[in-house]
Amino acid sequence: MKLQINSELCQGHGRCYDLAPDLFGDDEEGYGQVLGDGVVPADKEREAQLAVANCPEHAIELLEES
Amino acid sequence: MAIDDRFNRELFEAEEEEGIRSEIITGPVSDWATDFSHLEPEWSADPYPIQDDLRQRCPIAHTDRFGGGWLPVRYEDVAAIAYDTERFSSRAIIMGNFRPPRDIAPIGGSPPISSDPPFHHDARKLLLSAFTKMSVSKQEPPTRAFCHSLIDAFEGRDVVDAAHDYAQHIPMRVIADMLGFPPEDGPQFRQFVENTLEGVNLQPEERIERMQGLFDYLLAQVYDHLDNPREDLTTYLINAELYGHKLEASHVTGAMALLLIAGIDTTWSAIGSSLWHLARNPADRERLVADPSLLPTAIEEFLRAYAPVTMARLVKEDMHWRGVDMKADDWILLSFPAANRDPAQFDRANEVVIDREVNRHAAFGLGIHRCLGSHLARMELRVALDVWLERIPEFTLADPAAVTWSAGQIRGPRALPLKIVRPGTGTDAAA
Repeated sequence: MKLQINSELCQGHGRCYDLAPDLFGDDEEGYGQVLGDGVVPADKEREAQLAVANCPEHAIELLEES
Repeated sequence: MAIDDRFNRELFEAEEEEGIRSEIITGPVSDWATDFSHLEPEWSADPYPIQDDLRQRCPIAHTDRFGGGWLPVRYEDVAAIAYDTERFSSRAIIMGNFRPPRDIAPIGGSPPISSDPPFHHDARKLLLSAFTKMSVSKQEPPTRAFCHSLIDAFEGRDVVDAAHDYAQHIPMRVIADMLGFPPEDGPQFRQFVENTLEGVNLQPEERIERMQGLFDYLLAQVYDHLDNPREDLTTYLINAELYGHKLEASHVTGAMALLLIAGIDTTWSAIGSSLWHLARNPADRERLVADPSLLPTAIEEFLRAYAPVTMARLVKEDMHWRGVDMKADDWILLSFPAANRDPAQFDRANEVVIDREVNRHAAFGLGIHRCLGSHLARMELRVALDVWLERIPEFTLADPAAVTWSAGQIRGPRALPLKIVRPGTGTDAAA
């Protein structure tokens, strides 16, 4: 599983880095950023799903890796 | 005295503004579907049953008051309007009897909240870094200490007004500190807030005179900062540049007014509504006292269920929109509180579920105007409730009939007498 933020949609609500601080951070203007390469460790899948489900702008995608 | 030609006092003298005035219509609403008013007491006291009813039968209500306006109550309609900055303008965001002239767009009177694209992006960018989660975390230790000092002052009292004696002071102190205004000026801020947000149906002369008081105050703060520049948002705005020039004076004072007004009764309302809920729901209160780690999740639910902020927009051109005929310059009352209680969007929409895990609420708006201060508001709300529950774990409404709510677009308790039950005694505190 891999996380991706659509920066066209992100408005900096910060729900992702509040709920899943191991997976997301913010830039200097508060917009969400995926940390590292976005690959979700097995023990962090729940946090990743919470972040996706709570983004008010529907800006986060959780992609199945091929 | 430092001179900056931009801030010539004559430019800020009160005068009859250009724009469109509409007839002031007050009094009981005949039918909420065709005659709504967010300034009538029935709406202030409890808007949710009204919104639920409208969602069943309209779902976009109309009024001839305020020169004409619309009230969508479904999440999908509220979201669509928030995202559609092509057809809905932010050149005015407080629905009342005055529409500023069209040529005030895309800047508006208090950028960036009053701005439309493309100017909006640049005006907002100037402020974003001051309001990130990291930036506002610097305010957390002094905010926590201040909350404790407010509760220290309750010593010996068994009834306190949580809205008047606690909630309102927290955002006042924080925003005064960020703008670099004297902390003791808080009571004046309250007047400015009430004039701006609740004085909507006053006569124009009265309203202009009251707004002049705000701008006189802001100008005095600008002069003080020109003489004594310091590390705060006022000095930052005075020196900030856009497109290679310093900001227009009206942009500086407009942004200061925005930060002062928008930062205060919004957060005051959110803290007050949360304490009101906990005073009436002992099971939720006891659960949060036992498990403070649930507080961030509960706060999101309080924000959903008691979202304090409703915005407004103006329709740009005549159009048929989702079944209704909107006219240019019609108001849209953009109710995030109504969107947050739409059962099509939320399970158990009218229940407060403090451990709700999936909560895609719109309390801070949607799209490009997402509340600039949302990270600050969340910090203040978390610290205010955390300190309160630690110090006053048991409390109830002292007199439900004495609770009053603000009128207009920002809704929260303005009188909230709570009875404090002292820990360990099991009985009410002795006076």
